[in-house]
Amino acid sequence: MLEVQHLSCGYGQRTVLQDVSLQLHSGELMCLLGPNGVGKTTLFKTLLGLLPARSGNILLEGKATRHWSRKEFAQRVGYVPQAHTPPFPFQVQDVVAMGRVAHLGVFSAPKTPDLLIAEQALETLGITHLAKASYTEISGGERQLVLIARALAQQPKLLVMDEPTSNLDYGNQLKVMAHVRQIAEEQNIGILLTTHYPNHALLYGTQVLALDRNLGYRLGSPADVITEDYLQHTYQVAVEIHEISRRDGHATRLCIPGY
Amino acid sequence: MKWILWSLGLLLCVLILLSFGVGRYPVPADTVVSILAAQIFPISAHWTPETEAVVLGIRLPRIFAAILVGAALSISGASYQGLFRNPMVSPGILGVSAGASLGAALAILLGYGMLGIQTLAFVWGLLAVGATWLIGNTLGKRGDPVLIMVLAGIIIGTLFTAFVSLVKFVADPYNTLPTITFWLMGSLASVDIPDLWLASPPILLGLGILIAFGWTLNVLCFGDEEAKALGLETGRLRFAIIFCATLVTAAAVAIAGIIGLVGLIVPHLARMLVGPDHRVLLPASALMGASFLLLVDNLARALFEVEIPLGIVTSILGAPFFLYLLSRSRKGWN
Repeated sequence: MLEVQHLSCGYGQRTVLQDVSLQLHSGELMCLLGPNGVGKTTLFKTLLGLLPARSGNILLEGKATRHWSRKEFAQRVGYVPQAHTPPFPFQVQDVVAMGRVAHLGVFSAPKTPDLLIAEQALETLGITHLAKASYTEISGGERQLVLIARALAQQPKLLVMDEPTSNLDYGNQLKVMAHVRQIAEEQNIGILLTTHYPNHALLYGTQVLALDRNLGYRLGSPADVITEDYLQHTYQVAVEIHEISRRDGHATRLCIPGY
Repeated sequence: MKWILWSLGLLLCVLILLSFGVGRYPVPADTVVSILAAQIFPISAHWTPETEAVVLGIRLPRIFAAILVGAALSISGASYQGLFRNPMVSPGILGVSAGASLGAALAILLGYGMLGIQTLAFVWGLLAVGATWLIGNTLGKRGDPVLIMVLAGIIIGTLFTAFVSLVKFVADPYNTLPTITFWLMGSLASVDIPDLWLASPPILLGLGILIAFGWTLNVLCFGDEEAKALGLETGRLRFAIIFCATLVTAAAVAIAGIIGLVGLIVPHLARMLVGPDHRVLLPASALMGASFLLLVDNLARALFEVEIPLGIVTSILGAPFFLYLLSRSRKGWN
């Protein structure tokens, strides 16, 4: 569904990423991993069309997105930014309904069907009770869920999430990641997200794109890409990866700090 | 929320009727109603021609000017505060007031009449914002276009204000200089019916379009990148909103001069009353701005023996009122 061919991206004179190729299908969850400053955000902005690509192609459903209007693009790709506080205290249901903008004209406001879709998005994330709350007064974890609901209201084929678990407490991190996986599986949406935690990629990812410091990258299944060697090399810390068995008998790989 | 708008509309209507009676020549409310009704229905006059002249010739244009100017300044203030995601922004932020001041000062220096002053004020107001837009758009390609636009506006405003001072410096201190100074203070005292015919088309047009942009403005409050990712062509929309807000402000400043603080305070007051949703906030700001300026204009002409320029009264009343609002609101400045 999303196909990136030999993409190079960067700001101004500086090339940050070179010759990236990847494919993401519906229902897949790709984790984008890499140390600070290697260009995760740049790649995101380029994929979203917020930065022009240096070279290469971005194809959605087989068509190059370069000349798409913002509206056409947003009807297919939802973006979940990091949770933030806007200057004005909008109601949560209004914030979620803003996801419908790509399906409306510039002079029109969301109507009943749009509001129903927004309501459904709130329900999917289990935050219907927040509908009337003020977006500035809910917790950071709730705000992140609201932003995901807003992206769902866009009814996209692909979701791009910028560190959905940053600044969240432990419980909220697990909740958000569980919702993310559920969305990929149940709604058959392709998801691309950045994270700083290799364990998130090991636990939830179907693919991992790991950027390293020298314009290079590795792409593959979490088990193949996230190795002790890779982590030591990229982050310059000692890490051990262990396979453990869960209570239900399934095996899982986890990484822990080494000595 | 609908009922709040209706109540604000009703409040404005009551204020309009009361305003006809206020001034050094008091007219009872029933006489006002009769005179107004006599324009449509055949009612025999039981009032003096002087009374009719005061009501229709002097107070009517002044009242409608206050409504138009108050609504214009408030709605453009509310739109800018949303667009620039900053509650400190006022309609003059992109330089429209400074530009209009320069236009008016030049026209007065060149000895033009009222029409010339208004036209030059309007045109220079648009030119100043045009310059801000060009700078903001050129330099804003890299970085935050919204922030660059506001900074460019501050610079253009400062530059044009310096030009105004230059015009004042070379102006005849006994004749031209006082006229410029009084124009800059802002007043509705000299507005007549033809002025209204000139100013109302741009104001009403801009007002209507801005209100129609209500929902879009809500989305733009989330910043350039998010609004783009949600599917808005932010560059074009920003242009359209800035254009409309500039149109209404330039037209308002052209007939009334510089009237401070209204466009900053009224949007805050409206936001406290109806919340941040621009679909309601923009019409509420327009209605409240109209009422507010009408009220203050009544005070300006009734409070003292000599009429005080409106711009002075709005600032003197507005400053403490704004501080009071600040102390009341829990979260205005994030």
